[in-house]
Amino acid sequence: MLKGGGSEEKSGLAVDSRGHEVGSPEEQPPAVATSSLEVVGSLREYANSLGSRLKSGETGILPVLGALVVIAIIFQIETSKYLSGGDIVNILAYASIYVMFGMAETFALLLSEIDLSIASVGFVGAMVMTEIMTYPNNWPWWVAVLIAMGVCTVIGIIQGTIITRLRIPSFVVTLAGFLGWYGFLIFITDIDRSALGGVLEIPSSNAIWGMVSKQMSPAAGWIVMAVAVAAFGVYTWGRDARRRSQRLSAPPRSITALVIAGVAAVGVLLVIVCNFNRGTAIQPEKGMPYFVPVVVVIVVAWTILCGRTRFGRYIYAIGANPEAARRAGVNVARVRTAGFAMCSLTACFAGILYASREGSMSITVTVGSFTLLGVAAAVIGGTSLFGGKGKPGYAVIGGITVAAMYWGLYLLAISADGTDMAIAVLLVAAAAVDTVIRRRRSTSAV
Amino acid sequence: MSDVQEAVAAVESDGPTAPAPLLSLRGVSKSFGPVRALTKVDLDVPAGQVTALAGDNGAGKSTLIKTVSGLWEPDEGDILWDGRHVRMHGPRDAEALGITTIYQDLALCDNLDIVQNMFLGHERLRRGLLDEGSMERSARETLESLHVTTVRSVRQQVGSLSGGQRQSVAVAKAVMSRSRLLIMDEPTAALGVAQTTMVLELITRLARQGIGVIVISHNLNDVFEVADRIAVLYLGGLVAVVPKEEFDRASIVEYMTTGTLERQPGRETGGTPANAGGRN
Ligand SMILES: Nc1ncnc2c1ncn2[C@@H]1O[C@H](COP(=O)(O)OP(=O)(O)OP(=O)(O)O)[C@@H](O)[C@H]1O
Ligand SMILES: [Mg+2]
Repeated sequence: MLKGGGSEEKSGLAVDSRGHEVGSPEEQPPAVATSSLEVVGSLREYANSLGSRLKSGETGILPVLGALVVIAIIFQIETSKYLSGGDIVNILAYASIYVMFGMAETFALLLSEIDLSIASVGFVGAMVMTEIMTYPNNWPWWVAVLIAMGVCTVIGIIQGTIITRLRIPSFVVTLAGFLGWYGFLIFITDIDRSALGGVLEIPSSNAIWGMVSKQMSPAAGWIVMAVAVAAFGVYTWGRDARRRSQRLSAPPRSITALVIAGVAAVGVLLVIVCNFNRGTAIQPEKGMPYFVPVVVVIVVAWTILCGRTRFGRYIYAIGANPEAARRAGVNVARVRTAGFAMCSLTACFAGILYASREGSMSITVTVGSFTLLGVAAAVIGGTSLFGGKGKPGYAVIGGITVAAMYWGLYLLAISADGTDMAIAVLLVAAAAVDTVIRRRRSTSAV
Repeated sequence: MSDVQEAVAAVESDGPTAPAPLLSLRGVSKSFGPVRALTKVDLDVPAGQVTALAGDNGAGKSTLIKTVSGLWEPDEGDILWDGRHVRMHGPRDAEALGITTIYQDLALCDNLDIVQNMFLGHERLRRGLLDEGSMERSARETLESLHVTTVRSVRQQVGSLSGGQRQSVAVAKAVMSRSRLLIMDEPTAALGVAQTTMVLELITRLARQGIGVIVISHNLNDVFEVADRIAVLYLGGLVAVVPKEEFDRASIVEYMTTGTLERQPGRETGGTPANAGGRN
């Protein structure tokens, strides 16, 4: 699935940097949202509470970070060029699709539901967008994107309403959606005479085409990164300092500094990687592709939505104990429906990223494998299948892990069926980790 | 049945001050399929007093308080609030009236921390986002006022707390709401000695402040310590509502287990022919 190509580069930190670069900036804001930390506290107290949280099963992204390292080591030994060569930006472009599908699935999983229609719905959105902004319609790309977002949101509301009002399990409704919306995708493509063989090309002059395939200048990449990291640093430092001065729970100063430094390091690495020349000597291609900031913005926005708004809080509450949420006065059906709408909307973003990556939309898109990979990205990232545990940001590291796995298997020249089996094993392993953690939690509590 | 109603009526009519009840139930019934959980319950809950609800397992105590908390509407009967008919379509309606409930199963979310649980459904916002700082401060103050000192951090997930600590969180959550009627279903069942004392003192204090309190407890010591009046449910029906002083332990137990009183207690329970719903 991953296409290699591009120049060979020396980059000993490839996997680690991938693991962090998109992972960490998104990884930190959740801590903003639900910091479960001691009041004030020395570094030692902080380490103690961290230790006890780990023991009680709040492992967060640690298992998947471990898995990523293991994957990197194995592939490095097997292929010897895994960490040193290849087109990391190309991997990231694929990872972004998995990340976005994973974030979509996160909304469903947090609600203790599942959505198997993410890929079908997302690609319907991508096809709608492509139809609208290409010949013969030729509407502006942003109108097309808005309409696609609207279509996907409506689909999510329809599915969510059926699930919550008729009380049909989400598994059944979205399995029907998986098939039905894919049929709908073919249907709308068939109407369009210009879609020869069910394929619609996006012209390279289109902004959507450029999102993945065009990049800002290396200098602009540095500036964007510096501004983003500075904003994060100022905000985080200011917030923690204020909380400490008001004697609210906050991490010790050193930890705050460490977090900011970590995000800065990841940002620097990301820009360095993006600024390698991945074209040729004559026709250089370097700089940060536009999809990177787009993905970061969406991840940050969704992190705030889940961590710092009532809607997000209610999603977590319903995922853990819907009856408690109901008794607290939460309109459970409405929040659930909105959750499915958010799931479909985020899937739309994934579909658009896919169309941008391919430079076209086709009815032969592999809906099944993207559905599985979306669930895998969420679960591998550490979002629980049992509801109420996880963060949108986790899908970032989950999606990168999936892409890293694909990349390694591609280098090993493993066939598609072998790759599918390997990813399936990874998904089941992640689910097993989730289940074991859950069991440990339930025996340690009460 | 008729002398039971008379027994109820007798007590209703002879309160020393006989304040207008905050909450009245008139002929409230509730069935779950074939199970009749409540049959024609008449009960007045005055403000400023503690009404204890006693009864065997499955007598319908939790069903009664859930009806009053708006979790479902009664199949028959009326609920009066301040003497006016009210219909509650959901927990929000009960809350709007000023009814707060601690449920037997506590209704906490294990994946949320103490602060988040205490403010669930009542989150404070600042510029559209959750105001964690203000919520954390209030939560900590409330917990401290209840002498809940055993929790390590208010940012601890509720799932990692002990049973008693969870109950303390539920009590603190209810106290924070400053309502007019506080309903507690087994509030001390899992608490340690110190916390039980705290909660019982709290109940007395709140009643003295004019808040109506309904307490369900299987612990007769607790019941006799805090209650002003004791209501006994038996198989879904209310069989007695008597001021605490006129009840002894043995007769409560007899009411709870048989639904009637063979042996005469210190006082004649039947008698004064007053209307059960009468407010003098
Ligand atoms: N949601 C429900 N669905 C069906 N039956 C129910 C439901 N809730 C309660 N019941 C039934 O109603 C009756 C009264 O139950 P309730 O929970 O009110 O008892 P209780 O007095 O609170 O008992 P306990 O002391 O054990 O808490 C029981 O027979 C129970 O089986
Ligand atoms: Mg009960």
